[in-house]
Amino acid sequence: MAKVVLIAETSAPGTATADVHVALRAIAHTYPARAGQGPVPALGPLDFDFRRGEFVAVVGPSGCGKSTLLEIIAGLTTPTAGTVVMEGRPITGTVAEDIGVVFQEDATFAWLNVWDNVAFGLRRAGIEQAEIVRRVDYALAFMGLIEFRRAYPAQLSGGMRQRVCIARTLVLRPRLILLDEPFGALDQQTRLLMGEELLRLWRETAATVMLITHALDEAALLSDRVAVMSARPGRLIDVVATGWPRERDTALVADPAFGVLTSRLWSLLRDESKKALGV
Amino acid sequence: MTTRVRILQLALVGAAVLVLELLCWAGIINRFTMIPPSEMVPALADVVVTAPWFWPDVIYTLGNLAAAIGLSVLGGFLIGLAVHAVPRLRRVLDPIFTSYYAVPTFVLYPLLIVFFGIGPTSLIVLGALFGVVAMVVATMTAIDRIPPVLVKVARVSRLGWLRTALLMKLPAASPHLVTGLRLAVAYSVIGIIAGEFILSTEGIGRRVALAYNNFDNRTMYALLVLILGFAIAVNSGLGAFEQALHRRWYRS
Repeated sequence: MAKVVLIAETSAPGTATADVHVALRAIAHTYPARAGQGPVPALGPLDFDFRRGEFVAVVGPSGCGKSTLLEIIAGLTTPTAGTVVMEGRPITGTVAEDIGVVFQEDATFAWLNVWDNVAFGLRRAGIEQAEIVRRVDYALAFMGLIEFRRAYPAQLSGGMRQRVCIARTLVLRPRLILLDEPFGALDQQTRLLMGEELLRLWRETAATVMLITHALDEAALLSDRVAVMSARPGRLIDVVATGWPRERDTALVADPAFGVLTSRLWSLLRDESKKALGV
Repeated sequence: MTTRVRILQLALVGAAVLVLELLCWAGIINRFTMIPPSEMVPALADVVVTAPWFWPDVIYTLGNLAAAIGLSVLGGFLIGLAVHAVPRLRRVLDPIFTSYYAVPTFVLYPLLIVFFGIGPTSLIVLGALFGVVAMVVATMTAIDRIPPVLVKVARVSRLGWLRTALLMKLPAASPHLVTGLRLAVAYSVIGIIAGEFILSTEGIGRRVALAYNNFDNRTMYALLVLILGFAIAVNSGLGAFEQALHRRWYRS
C-alpha cells in the first residue's frame, strides 16, 4: 500500500523545532460555586510553550486539572483567565481547526462500523470519496485494523476501539493532537504496545502531541518533555526533558536512565500526590 | 433471548391453548362462552373471505392506528426533547409522567366526544394519549444516556447543532427511542381498539362489540384472534429490532 501522509506536514517528520506551536499564557480556571460549595479553583495560573512537532506528556495528581487544561487547549472549555495562542492566532474558547482530540472514554460511534467510524470526519469535511478511501484504508492498515474494517465497535476490544478513535483523529491530518489518558482503561501490556504505535505514528508525522497520563512510566517512555503539575489548583512545578532519541521504543524500559527519569518524576510528584489525597 | 427460553415460552402458550381446547370439548366451558381455539382460526378465515365489512373495517382501524402512532411517537419525541431542554420544567413534570399510567385515560372519552364528536378524530386522540407519555419518557431517558464524550467529539469536529443532533445524538439515542416506539405502539393499539368499542360506528373494535352484543361468538373470537395476532406480530417485530440494535450498540 502506498504511504499516505496522515498529518499535514509543516516541518520534517518527527522533528521538534524551536518555534512555538501552542503558547499558554497565564491560563487559569475556576469552576463556579454550586449549592453548598464555593468556587473551586481547578487550574493555574500556568504558562507553557509547546514547540512544533514535539511530544509533551503532562502528569500530575488526580484532580489537578490535567483534563481541564486539555479541554481549554481544545476549545471545549473557556478558561476564566489567560490566553491560548496557536500558530500565532489566539484560539481561547474556540475549537480551532487542525486539532485532533482522543478522549479517555470510548468515543467510537456504535452505529457505524470501523471503516465508517474512521471516515466520519472526512465525509463531514466534504473530501472526495477516492481520497477518503485512500486515507481511511491507510490509517486502518497503520493501526492494524484493516481486518476489522466491517466490524462494529461492540465486537472489538477496548484497545482496538481506542485505535479506531486514534485513526479517526489521524485521517483528518491535525497539526496538534491532544490525548486525554487514551490508554487509561487498558492493561499494562496493551498500553506498552499502544505507546509504541503512538511513537511510530508521531515519527511519521509532524504533529505536536500533548499526552495526558497518570502513568509516570508512560510519560517517561513516550515524551520529549514531561510537564509535571502540582495538586489542585494545578500549576507547573517542573518540566523535565527526557533526552531520548527520536527513534525509540519500549526497549527503553531496560535502560538505567529510564529508571532514573521515572524516579525523578515520582520524587517531584510524591508530595503533591499526598496533598491531593489529603494525607 | 435464548432458543431454549423461546421454546419454553411457545410450549407454555401451546399448553394453555390445549387446556382451553380440552375444556371446550369436554363441555366445561360451554360454546356460548367460548368456541374451541381450533375453530377460531377457521372462523377468522370465513370472516376474511365472506364478510363484506371486513376489509373496510380493517383499513379504518389501521388508518386510525397509524395516525395515533404517528402522533404519539412524533409528539412524544418533540415533547421529550423540549422538556429535557428545560430542567426546571422536567422536575415539575416528572411526577406527572411517572403516575400517568396510573390514571385511567379512558375516562376522558366523554370529553373527547364533546370536543371531537364520535368518529376517527376522537379515536386518534385517545390512541395518541395512550402512547404519547411512553415516548416522552423514553426520549428523555435516551438523551440522558448519550455519552457526554460523543458531544465533545461533535464539538471538536465542529459539527454545529443540527448536524450534532442528526448525526450524533439521534443515532446514539436510537436504542432507547425504539424502546419508546415499541411501548407507544402497544399503548396506541390498546387505545384505538378499546376506543372503537364505545366511540365508533366502524372498525374492528366496533365489530367485536357488535358480535358480543349479538351472541355471535364465532365472529367475536375470530376478531379477537386477529387483534391478538396483530399485536403480538407488531410487538415481536419491534422487539426483534430493538434487540438487534442493542446487540450492535452494546458489548454482550
